[in-house]
Amino acid sequence: MLTLKLFWSFFKIGAFTFGGGYAMIAMVKDALVDHNKWMDEDEFWESITLAQALPGVFAINMALYTGNKIKGMTGSFAAMMGASLPSLIIIMVIASFFRDMNEYETVRNVFSGIRPCVAALIIVPGIKMLKKANVNAKTFWIPLSACLLICLFGISPIYLIMAAIVAGIISTRWFSARRK
Amino acid sequence: MIYLQLLWVFFRIGLFGFGGGYAMISMIRMEVVDNYQWMSAAEFADLLAISQMTPGPISINAATFVGFTEAGFLGSVVATFSLCLPSVMLMALVLALFFKHKESEYVKRPMAYMMPVVAGLIIAGGILMCDRETFTSWLSFVIFGGTVAAQLAWKANPILLIVISGVLGWAYNLF
Repeated sequence: MLTLKLFWSFFKIGAFTFGGGYAMIAMVKDALVDHNKWMDEDEFWESITLAQALPGVFAINMALYTGNKIKGMTGSFAAMMGASLPSLIIIMVIASFFRDMNEYETVRNVFSGIRPCVAALIIVPGIKMLKKANVNAKTFWIPLSACLLICLFGISPIYLIMAAIVAGIISTRWFSARRK
Repeated sequence: MIYLQLLWVFFRIGLFGFGGGYAMISMIRMEVVDNYQWMSAAEFADLLAISQMTPGPISINAATFVGFTEAGFLGSVVATFSLCLPSVMLMALVLALFFKHKESEYVKRPMAYMMPVVAGLIIAGGILMCDRETFTSWLSFVIFGGTVAAQLAWKANPILLIVISGVLGWAYNLF
């Protein structure tokens, strides 16, 4: 029963959150902490921190971690399925119609207006991230060169992220060696 | 074959998808449009608009959409679960290790190094979308500038902005 309830809670969250992972924090908190009392507030914020630190989809990380906390492996799986199924169903239905819809001139005109909006919607979180990452005049070359390498040379962002992780580890070694 | 490609593409994106949905969207775009050329830049932009407007995480929506257009029902299932698989594996690992080490410099510093790179990557994803198929008239520039301003100044709701842009695009072509 608990497994089913967990599935259903995350299914509702997946089906009704618009606007990305961060919009769903409030809904998850309502479902897990306030409504069902599956965990207390501290545990909840701990799970947010972890879900943000890990790579991958924030909502899925949240579901996996809280599901595990509430009912182990089964809970993890139920929560993950619940969080991803609404997307699968909704997008499959839309995608199967979209090709035909695109034949209509009205639809094409509407999307000609939407495209520049979407491009801007992508760039803005990047600009905000510059602030969150404490980028200053001395470190501005990092996002700039990442951006140029990707745009001009088509280098996969995966390699750049790997390089950043390696640089971070090496510099940690270096700094801790110097401290001794 | 296509299923294996979908698995490979989305597994890697799930594994290196630090920095939230928009970072992953930029990665998906580079694989799908530039690398594998499964769809055109314009088709991908439309797909993104739909992923943004529908409920659920944008990266899951985009993965499902790409999978469906490339290989139907099974394709979308493969793409979506490949995107989630690294999370499952890492979560198992992290439940055992993370809480012991989250204050460690070996966790904190690589994270701090990664953030500026991720910012550059998200911006690159946006810049790559700015091509001739996106900017078709003066209206496109107005919409682009207006969206950036509305988001930065008032944190305007993205779905509302998409709807307004769609109406403007429709009205512009009436005359």
